[in-house]
Amino acid sequence: MKALVCVKRVIDYNVKPRVKADGTGVDLANVKMSMNPFDEIAVEEAIRLKEKGVVTEIVAVSVGPAKAQETLRTALAMGADRAILVVSEDEVEPLAVAKIIKAVADEEQPGLIITGKQAIDDDANQVGQMVAALLGRPQGTFANEIAVEGDSIVVKREIDGGLETVKLALPAIVTTDLRLNEPRYASLPNIMKAKSKPLATKAPADYGVDIAPRLKTLKVTEPPVRSAGIKVPDVDALVAKLKEMGVA
Amino acid sequence: MSKTLVWVEHDNASIKDATLAVVTAAAQIGEVTALVAGAGCDGAAAAAAQIAGVSKVLKADDAAYANALAENVAPLVAGLMADYDAFVAPATTTGKNIAPRVAALLDVMQVSDILSVEGPKTFTRPIYAGNAIATVESTDAKLVVTVRGTAFAKADATGGAAAVETVAAAGDSGTSTFLGSEIAKSERPELTSAKIIVSGGRALKDAETFQSVITPLADKLGAGIGASRAAVDAGYVPNDYQVGQTGKIVAPEVYIAVGISGAIQHLAGMKDSKTIIAINKDEDAPIFQVADIGLVGDLFTLVPELTGKL
Repeated sequence: MKALVCVKRVIDYNVKPRVKADGTGVDLANVKMSMNPFDEIAVEEAIRLKEKGVVTEIVAVSVGPAKAQETLRTALAMGADRAILVVSEDEVEPLAVAKIIKAVADEEQPGLIITGKQAIDDDANQVGQMVAALLGRPQGTFANEIAVEGDSIVVKREIDGGLETVKLALPAIVTTDLRLNEPRYASLPNIMKAKSKPLATKAPADYGVDIAPRLKTLKVTEPPVRSAGIKVPDVDALVAKLKEMGVA
Repeated sequence: MSKTLVWVEHDNASIKDATLAVVTAAAQIGEVTALVAGAGCDGAAAAAAQIAGVSKVLKADDAAYANALAENVAPLVAGLMADYDAFVAPATTTGKNIAPRVAALLDVMQVSDILSVEGPKTFTRPIYAGNAIATVESTDAKLVVTVRGTAFAKADATGGAAAVETVAAAGDSGTSTFLGSEIAKSERPELTSAKIIVSGGRALKDAETFQSVITPLADKLGAGIGASRAAVDAGYVPNDYQVGQTGKIVAPEVYIAVGISGAIQHLAGMKDSKTIIAINKDEDAPIFQVADIGLVGDLFTLVPELTGKL
C-alpha cells in the first residue's frame, strides 16, 4: 500500500522565538528552519513500514512556502520516494491544510496517512484529526506504537493516564507521538540522490481549496515575564523558604 | 446569548476534574449545556448535573461511546451542534482527539488550548511552545474551542441542579475498535491537578535512582511526580509523567525541578507554576532564569538532605 506523510517547515526547535515589536507575529526572518520534529517521526515510521514490506511507496506532502521544498528534500533523503509541494506564501490554517491533504489523498489513494501530532509553531494539534474527519476514516492519534495487520492497523496511543490500544480499519490516519521511533539522519549520498527524486509543485487552487483564514490574529505578545528569583545558599535556607510559603 | 456544549470527561461513574475548568471557560462564552457520552454513564450524568453553572445535561448512553472513540463521538457532537453556538472541550488527550474531528465536520477552524476568553469569539492561546501569546478572533459561524485547564478556575462540582435529558445515539462508525488500555496506577495526586509537583530530569541517572531520590521528597510534600522528556526517554519513568510542550501542562502552587536543565519545551509545560524551585549543579542552567528559588549543588546530597529536614 501507499503511504502519505505530511511534513511542515517550522522554526527549528532549538531556537527561542522572538515576538515582533509591532505585535503582528513571531520574527522568522533569518531564523533557522527545519522539519517539524513530529513529522520526522512520521517519515521515519513510513520508511520502517516500507522496510518491512508493508508499504510500497512513500509520498511526502507539504503545504507551505516555496522554501518548504528543502523540508521535502529532507524527507526524500530520509527515504521517501517522491514529494508534492503545495505552495502558499501565506500561512495556511490546519482546516485548509486538512482539505488540501484530503484532496491529495483522493488522488493518491494511500492506505495510510501519517502526520505529526502537532506542529511546534502553531501548537494546534488538529490536522490529522481533521483529515480523518474529511475522509470519513478512522484516526490513531498520539501513536506510540503501530502494527499493520491485514486490512487494519493496531495503534497504541499515548493518553493522559497511560496508554490505550485501538484497532482501525484501513485506510486510516495516524499522528505520531514522540516515542514512536527515533528518526534517522539522512546520509550524504542519500541527500545527493534526493535531489533527483520527483517533486511536484502545486497550488491550493489546483485542489479547489480556499485558504482564506478563518481566524483573525489580532495580536501576538510576549508571555508575561517572571520576576527575577533568588538563589539560596543551602538546604536550610530552602527549608525556611518552603516553611514561609506554608508547603512544609 | 450564545449556547455552549461542553464535553464532559468522565469514567462513566464520575466526572474528571478537567471538565470543571472547561465549564468556567464555557460560561464566559454563553449558557452551558454539558454532554455526557458514554456507556452506563448515569453516574457521570448525575455528577455533571451538579456542577455549578451547568444549565442542562445531555446524556448519550450507548456501547459505541464506551471509550470515547473519536470516530463514534464526533458525529454525535456535530449533530447536536445544530442547536449550539460553541463546542468546548478540555485540551486533554481526549479533547484534543475529538474536537478537531468535530470542527472539520462542521467546517470550522478550531481554537486550540485557550488561555482566556477576551470576547464572544476572541481568545488568547499560546503558540511556539508558550513563547508567544496570540489573540485570535474566529470568523466562523460556530466555535470549536479546547481549553487549557490550568488557565481557568475550576467550577464548583456541587451546587448545580441541571435537568438530565437523554439524546439518541448516532451509532457506531464501524471503523475503529477499542482493544484495551494500560493505565499507570498511582496513589499520588494527579499531575495536572497537584498543588505541589516534584519533577526529575536526566541527571537522576536511572529508574532506581529516580525512585530513591525523587519519591521520598514527593511523599514528604504530598506531591505529584513529574519528569522531563529526557528522563522519560531514558526510561526512568513512564511517559505520562512528562511535563512540557508535548506532555502535560501543569501550573501547581510549587514546582520543584530537580536535575532539569530547563529546555524551551520543558518550560512550556510548567512556567505558569506559582513558585518554581530549581535544584541543579549547573549554575548557568536555563531553569534558573525562571526559578523563584534556586539552589546550586549536587542533587544526590541536597535532595536527601532536604527530605530529611522537612
